[in-house]
Amino acid sequence: MDSVGVVIAFYVLSAITIVSAASIFLLRNLVHAIVLLVVVFLGMAGLFLTLSADFIAVAQILIYAGAISVLFVFAVMLTPLASRDNGNSLYAGPGLLLGGAIAAIVVVTAFDVEWNQLTGVALEQRSFTDTIEVIGNQLLGPHVLAFEVASVLLLFALLGAIVLVTDPNNEDGTTAEEEAGKDTAVGGSE
Amino acid sequence: MTVDLAHYLAVSGIIFGIGVAIALSKRNVVAVLMGIELMLNASNLAFLAFSRFSGAFQDGTEPLAGHTFVVFVLTVAAAEAAVALAMAVLIYRRRETVDLDRISVLRW
Repeated sequence: MDSVGVVIAFYVLSAITIVSAASIFLLRNLVHAIVLLVVVFLGMAGLFLTLSADFIAVAQILIYAGAISVLFVFAVMLTPLASRDNGNSLYAGPGLLLGGAIAAIVVVTAFDVEWNQLTGVALEQRSFTDTIEVIGNQLLGPHVLAFEVASVLLLFALLGAIVLVTDPNNEDGTTAEEEAGKDTAVGGSE
Repeated sequence: MTVDLAHYLAVSGIIFGIGVAIALSKRNVVAVLMGIELMLNASNLAFLAFSRFSGAFQDGTEPLAGHTFVVFVLTVAAAEAAVALAMAVLIYRRRETVDLDRISVLRW
C-alpha cells in the first residue's frame, strides 16, 4: 500500500466517509441525513476497492447505496405525518460519550498492537486471484450450510415484511378511515 | 507514507463509534436504523482489512474468508432493514408517530 494513488485515495475516501457519517448526527432534516448515508455507503465502497475487494464493493453499491437507501426513503415517505426532525433524545450525551469511547479505544488499540500483517514488498507481490471465484467456492464449499440458512432468512424477511404491513381485516383495499366509518355505521344500525 | 492495517481499523472504529452515537441518541426510528447500518458497514471494513493484510497464509492460499463473511453480513443487514422499516411503518399506522420517546410500551 505504498503507491501514492492508493494512499491519496485512502485518505480522501476516509475523510469523505467520516465527515458524512458525522453530518448524519448533526443534520436536522431526516431526508438530508439519508442522502448523506448514501454518500457514506459509496465512500465505503471506495475503501473496499482500495482493499482489492472488487466483488464486495460492487455488492455494497447495489445493496446498500441502491436497495437499502431506497427502503429508508420509503420509510420516511410512508410516515408523512411524523416529524421529519432528526432530533436527539435525552440519551444524546451518554450516547455520544459511549460512541466516542468506543472509537477512541479501537483507534488507540489498532495503532498500538503489533499485527501479524504483510507490509511493503510482500504485500505488493502477493498474488491476488479472482475474488469472485474464491468467494463462490467458499460459499458453496465450506460455508454451504450458512449459505442455505441465509437464503431461508432472506425469504422469511421478505414474507415477514409483507405480513407485517398487510392488515388482515382490510384486504379489500379500503383505508383505515373508511373501515372506521363502516364500523360506526354498523354499530349505529344496531 | 504508507497505509496499513491500523489505518483501516482506525477508520472502521471511528465509523462504528459514530453509528453507536446515532443509534443511541436519535429520536426517530429511521435515524436509529441508519446508525445500525453504519455499525454493520464499519464491521465489514474491518473484515476486509484483516483479509487483505493477513500474514497468516502462504502466498496465494488466502481463503478470503473475510470476504465470505462480509457477504453474510450484507444478507443479514438487508433482511434486518426490510423487517425493521416495515415495523416502523406498522407502528406509524397505529400511533401516527415514529418517535421512540413516545413508543414506550410493548402492548396498547
